Amino acid sequence: MKIALTQERIVFALAVLLFAGFAIVLPNFLTAGNVLTLIRGVSVLGILGLGMAVVVIGRGIDLSIVANMAISVAWTLDMADRGVPLGVALSLGFGFVVLMGLITGFLVAYVEIPPLFATLAMGAFIYGFGRAALLSQDVIQMPAHAGILNLAGTGHVLGVPMPIILLAVASLLAFLFLRYTRPGRTIYGFGDNLQAARITGLSVRPMQVAQYVISGIVAFAAGIITATAVESMNTRIVNGTLIYDVILVVVLGGVGLSGGKGGVRNVLVGTLLIGVLLNGMTIMDVQYTVQNVVKSLILLVAIVVDSLVNPRDEQTAQQGDI
Amino acid sequence: MVETSAPTGADDAAAEAAAARPRFSDTLVRLRYTLIPDHVVGEILTKRWVDNAAPALFLVLVIATFGTLLPDFFSIGSLTSSLRQLGEFGCVVLAMMIVLVAGGIDLSVGSVFALGNFTALLLMNVLNTPAWVALVAVLAVCGLVGLVNGVLIGFLRLRAFLTTLVTLIIVRALVDMLLLRYATAITAGSPDSSVWDFVGDGSIGPVPFSIVVLLVLVIGGHVLLSRSRPGWRVMAVGGSRRSAHNAGISVRRTVCGTYVISGLLVGLSGFMYAARLSSAGAETGVGLELQALTAAILGGNSLGGGRGSTGKALMGAITVLVITNGVVRLGMQSGAGSMILGIILILAITVDVRWLKNRYKVLNKVYVSPAYNRLPPAPETAAGSGSPYAVNDKLRDVEIIGLGVVEGPEDVIFDRRDDLYCGTRHGDLVRFLAPDYTRHEVFAHIGGHPLGMQFDRDENLVVCVGGMGLYKVAPDGEVSKMTDETNRTPFKINDDARLRLTDDCDIAPDGRVFFSEGTMRYEMHSWPVDALESRGNGRFCVYDPRTNTTRTIIRDVLFANGVCLASDKQSFMYAETWGCRVRRYHFDGPKKGRIEDVLPNLPGYADNINRASDGNYWLALVGMRSPPVDLALQMPGFRRRMARRIAPDEWLYPNINTGCVVKFDESGRILDALWDLGGKNHPMITSMREHKGYLYLGGISNNRIGRYRIPGADPTWNGYDAYWGARA
Repeated sequence: MKIALTQERIVFALAVLLFAGFAIVLPNFLTAGNVLTLIRGVSVLGILGLGMAVVVIGRGIDLSIVANMAISVAWTLDMADRGVPLGVALSLGFGFVVLMGLITGFLVAYVEIPPLFATLAMGAFIYGFGRAALLSQDVIQMPAHAGILNLAGTGHVLGVPMPIILLAVASLLAFLFLRYTRPGRTIYGFGDNLQAARITGLSVRPMQVAQYVISGIVAFAAGIITATAVESMNTRIVNGTLIYDVILVVVLGGVGLSGGKGGVRNVLVGTLLIGVLLNGMTIMDVQYTVQNVVKSLILLVAIVVDSLVNPRDEQTAQQGDI
Repeated sequence: MVETSAPTGADDAAAEAAAARPRFSDTLVRLRYTLIPDHVVGEILTKRWVDNAAPALFLVLVIATFGTLLPDFFSIGSLTSSLRQLGEFGCVVLAMMIVLVAGGIDLSVGSVFALGNFTALLLMNVLNTPAWVALVAVLAVCGLVGLVNGVLIGFLRLRAFLTTLVTLIIVRALVDMLLLRYATAITAGSPDSSVWDFVGDGSIGPVPFSIVVLLVLVIGGHVLLSRSRPGWRVMAVGGSRRSAHNAGISVRRTVCGTYVISGLLVGLSGFMYAARLSSAGAETGVGLELQALTAAILGGNSLGGGRGSTGKALMGAITVLVITNGVVRLGMQSGAGSMILGIILILAITVDVRWLKNRYKVLNKVYVSPAYNRLPPAPETAAGSGSPYAVNDKLRDVEIIGLGVVEGPEDVIFDRRDDLYCGTRHGDLVRFLAPDYTRHEVFAHIGGHPLGMQFDRDENLVVCVGGMGLYKVAPDGEVSKMTDETNRTPFKINDDARLRLTDDCDIAPDGRVFFSEGTMRYEMHSWPVDALESRGNGRFCVYDPRTNTTRTIIRDVLFANGVCLASDKQSFMYAETWGCRVRRYHFDGPKKGRIEDVLPNLPGYADNINRASDGNYWLALVGMRSPPVDLALQMPGFRRRMARRIAPDEWLYPNINTGCVVKFDESGRILDALWDLGGKNHPMITSMREHKGYLYLGGISNNRIGRYRIPGADPTWNGYDAYWGARA
């Protein structure tokens, strides 16, 4: 049987090649410790990617995911620092992302603002609101009595770091949700063809809202892992390039931005490639900016090859699909 | 008044007197619907430029808000510095706009801006090249990045969002690396160039240089985008990529071109920025892509392509700049600016999205805008009433020609060989061959529905084509356009230069063609809706073949319909359908320019007028008046509510299904009336033509032509010879 060269396979092959290359060239690369470090390094990125993928499959995009993560977690930590019981603080943080998800979803589904734009504006709003109304400083420290919560970032199960376990759990949940539940299939349905899905009778709009709530919750979880791993939450990451990396991970693996295509596997493949790359270059002590260039060039190669192998057709391309 | 159809005795006289004298409330209604031009609202809504209303309003609001909050907002110094920034930012927004319009997106503008800034500073401060060399180099470098984007997205057809995201990161990393090496050298150097200083600090009059550049780009860009072939290609590709491809436009090259232009514009902007600030910071242009995108969308350029202009980009650029600068200068807590920008963005986009979505719904509700039209009480038509219009059954036994062959023969006409011509709604002219008219052929295909027709002196058939204009068909069947436009009325919102519904025509001996246009507000297929308005949307025009010019001669006609030259050849009779009257217009002679009533009050809606063999005129009444419709015409508010609240097929329309033919003379006497009371063969008549003792009947919604033997008519008379003179 002929194996079709999908973008996912191209990227996977690229990751394997790089992995093999690094394993041969770099002496310390192929050790159990380093492989765990490699995956651990991108586990938060992978989790965020899963949240983003749910939205992208439904023909949306969530540019506010990083702002949501930073502000909700920073607020939670801030409250805990000021003596609010941890459970209450966590619930409020959780409530915050759900509320923001609901607003974003409402704007996209009911007001019909293009998602790119709605989430861009919501990202600016969430960050600004958080900095102006909720937080007094850029970096919020982890409270001393966080206790069991610390395990999320620093714990180990059978020698495997907790973030990796959580990535695995999140992947499994996302996989089951997207593949086997009614809402999951609905997302594929309207991601592929919104009008057709509506006419068929799927409740498209509530699910669109749910998408953004899901990505908010995922962001909150990813934020907790990050914060516990480094003992603080720096809200300045909102202005960084993390959001581009998240999109990269999703799209690199072959989740189409036009919706309806891809799944958890694609996100994991994309995450793997980025992880291998970053880890290898870090071992080689490549400068950060050069790492960025290499990362981008690899991405470019992946999408060029995809475009050559699976050319888009003028007759079937969707209008306004950027 | 409802009783007018069956009046009796004294009540009748009283009712008629009351109906003839308008009451005071009626006068008020008439004044209200005459003086307030409701129809303008609908006409404005059909214009594309009205899309700019929401962004423009928003811009005014933003300026007013910050103008009041910041006391020195309008001071000269503050304005000048803001304007210089605007010049640079505006270029970037234009770059984003041109890419958006073609259906793409360019996220790399921020990085390319930084690259342009760096290149300019490197050349000026370190290498000390002349300013123009630096400019060319900057444009070349930035254009090259644009070309890379363009080749990848246009020719390799990668996804614009991802590709430009990648170039954003690569170019940014490149600039960062270069800065590490050259930053100190750049800071140390100081260029000695008056051109460079002028670009950064100079003004032309009171206007800063960068604003001059921006204005030139906005105006030039608008002309290019809306009035030139390359611009149309860009708009077409953005509007529908697939259709543009199928229409033969090179989509790939066009898309590639937009990214190159984007690169050049951003480079120019970076150059001006470098000249102004000479700062090579790592933060230059960070986040600029989001600001530019925000500005472009706020101005009304749509994400996904097809809608956009340089004016929209400029509006968006000013709005965003005022907001960002204003928030900074208000000195609010860190983060507050971002929050406000987010909220404003959501509000503005919400308004824009809802506007686009609901505009046509609103338009559908308000476009029909009825006016006051009071008709005198209709003349009697009952059988045995002694009225000249009294119903009879003379048309019951008309012969039928071409049953099922023709659809919609609005008018019929004969050439000198007795062949019969008529139009069909398929856009054909069909010829039925003499003597028995059982054989037919398609004489010519025009494309639009042929309505009124007339032969000119050289036996060319002059045809009014609905939706197209006035056309000429030569005897060999060759179709050529005579005119499809007339002089435009100043300050009229609807473009009335274009002919929408040319209806009937007649030709003066000197070759001038007088023709009618039913309505300027409705297209061919929705002409009955014009009756609900009864505003006087029709007009008469004259086309002069000697100068090839068209001029409007009579305006504000309640549906201009039939035209027929009178016996003096210096005036013509014309039918005003919803006005239920026939009038006479003198275009030459002692009474030149005067309009006289001939039949001031008809019982039905007047259609075509043609000459009869005995020197009188035939007039078709397409439908008969009815008291409810007459009453509704005096109640514009009622008709307006109807048009807004219920579906068009439930509206109260005048009867256009059953009418008659009448014969009248120039003094306005009715000589004869022909009806088909049974409604079997020919109840609906829009035109009739006398030929050799017979009257041939056409109807715009019929599938046949009727032929009626006129008792006592001259059996040799034919219209062509009678008008143009017999030939050997």
